[in-house]
Amino acid sequence: MRRYFGRKLFVYALTFFIAMTVNWIIPRFMPGDPVQSRLARASLQSPEASAAMQAYYERLFGLDVPLWQQYLNFWASLARGDLGISIWLFPQPVGDIILGAVPYSLALLLPAILLSWVVGNWFGAYAARNRWLDNTVLPVGYVLTATPYMWLALLLAWGLGIVAGLFPVGGAYSFALTPSATPEFVGSLLQHWFLPFLSLFLVALGGWAIGMRNMIIYELESDYSNYLEALGAPRRLVRRYAFRNAMLPQLTGLALQLGTLVAGSLLTEIVFSYPGLGYLILQAIRNQDFFLLQGAFMFIVVGVLIANFIIDIVYVLVDPRTRIQMQGGAA
Amino acid sequence: MSLKVRDLRVYYRTLAGDVKALDGADFELADGEITGLVGESGSGKSTLGKSLIKLDGRMRYVSGTVELDGAELPVRDSARMNDFRFREVSLIPQYAMSAMNPTRKVGRMIADLLESRGERFRALRPELVRRLELVGLGEQVLGRYPIELSGGMKQRTVMVLSTLLDPSLLIADEVTSALDVSNQRAVAETLAGFRDRGFVKSMIFVTHDVALVNQIADTITVMYAGRLAEKGPAKTVVNSPRHPYTRMLISALPEVGVSHGERRLSGIPGSPPALLDPPAGCRFRDRCPLAFDKCEQEPPFAEVEPDHSVACWKA
Repeated sequence: MRRYFGRKLFVYALTFFIAMTVNWIIPRFMPGDPVQSRLARASLQSPEASAAMQAYYERLFGLDVPLWQQYLNFWASLARGDLGISIWLFPQPVGDIILGAVPYSLALLLPAILLSWVVGNWFGAYAARNRWLDNTVLPVGYVLTATPYMWLALLLAWGLGIVAGLFPVGGAYSFALTPSATPEFVGSLLQHWFLPFLSLFLVALGGWAIGMRNMIIYELESDYSNYLEALGAPRRLVRRYAFRNAMLPQLTGLALQLGTLVAGSLLTEIVFSYPGLGYLILQAIRNQDFFLLQGAFMFIVVGVLIANFIIDIVYVLVDPRTRIQMQGGAA
Repeated sequence: MSLKVRDLRVYYRTLAGDVKALDGADFELADGEITGLVGESGSGKSTLGKSLIKLDGRMRYVSGTVELDGAELPVRDSARMNDFRFREVSLIPQYAMSAMNPTRKVGRMIADLLESRGERFRALRPELVRRLELVGLGEQVLGRYPIELSGGMKQRTVMVLSTLLDPSLLIADEVTSALDVSNQRAVAETLAGFRDRGFVKSMIFVTHDVALVNQIADTITVMYAGRLAEKGPAKTVVNSPRHPYTRMLISALPEVGVSHGERRLSGIPGSPPALLDPPAGCRFRDRCPLAFDKCEQEPPFAEVEPDHSVACWKA
């Protein structure tokens, strides 16, 4: 057990290290210079003032030392929990900006991922034993999975937001309000939350339903199901076993999907101008904000790794075969 | 008579039409009788075995009656058949190695199954353990997952589970086909032992292996192209078969103590007819050296001497 998790943790640590290095490199390869663009915005007249300001900014952002030293400094400050200062929202620290955005992303992603998983599996399991449901769920599922995120989100924003006028199409709450714990503000939050949530939920739903349907059919045709039926086990027991076993690949799928859904939320947050991590990433790229970009990516990497680790643990709990492999027994 | 099968016909539905895999089976099984059901692939022996316990989705019941211990077995009605499964008729499947749910401990699975059939696992557990020990397995098997057991252990566990409720009829469907020779013998003898101890009353042992059947079966039933060719006491069928197909089948087997260096074993020339649209009359006609005009008509499966029936005009 300890060896199994030790190995897993090592792999996760290695992944984290490589991902963070890539995150550090990529913004620095972007064309343009953040300090120059800040200077251009300040539109200083005298070259001396300009040079002094450049030196000030470069020292502030730590860009005045060679690249290798910048890289080491990056890990050193990361170890202190310091993510740097944002260039775009100067002089706010990156950590504060991200902590302000993370709740919005989580509130959007977690319900969308988990609900679509639960509802999709449930629909798929029912579709496997009901011809009528099978004939409706399956085509709808295929259409939903084949739909590009962006397009579905735009369609929802246009249909339910602009044409029907039921939901607002931008922001996390009405601009007329200030954040507070009043019912009015919470209502506004929910209203703004619903459309981006729905788009993420719908896109993921179809895939889960199709996957579960196929898995259930496969399990119901398997040898152990046939044997139970030959011994007169009621349908209920056979279905229960099939459902439990069909869930295992779906769990793996959930872990894999978490990574892509984080990327998916990027588009959603852009379409609905929702102030989550995805929206921050877009702004960081536009403003060549190295530090904000690094910080946002780090949160995504950490999120995906944590999600995978949780699924690893869950898998060990539900599938005895993983447990046995862990103990070094023959499979 | 514990089992009486009359004119049982079960076809497979395919896009091209019905495949007549079991086309009129008539036979009886005495109390305590083990019959070895032999025949080549596609002869309908597995179909016969399955149709006595559970028709699969592609099978279609056409006609016939099955009587077990004086009560009619509703083989066509899967829902009504459920009361008989496990208690009256049970099955050891061909796929015993994968017959148990991989994510459930063996004991839990057995408990789930028994409770779902309205039996008390607690009450049956001592007997279950006693029988597991009888086949050389300990109680600890119940706390294991199927993947922690070897192939032979899984097979024996399934054998014990299938016979736990002392069914009247046990169908052993090619249970030895995945085993090596010494295990084949052990499994066959264990099953015969189950009969001797009264765990099962009678048994249909479906197999390709005439030699194995000869060792444990009381009678041998030979099938050819969806029909019964011959049924009689094992010794009689092996030593003095009456049906030309049985004769050729037996002569195709190697014998102990006989050198086959000089003489090639003879096979049976030709191949069985397609069962999608089988020819009228005797189905072995085209391959039979004894065929004559009358073989255009279907020979009845008739008793030629007590307990020995043959479907051949020349028998």
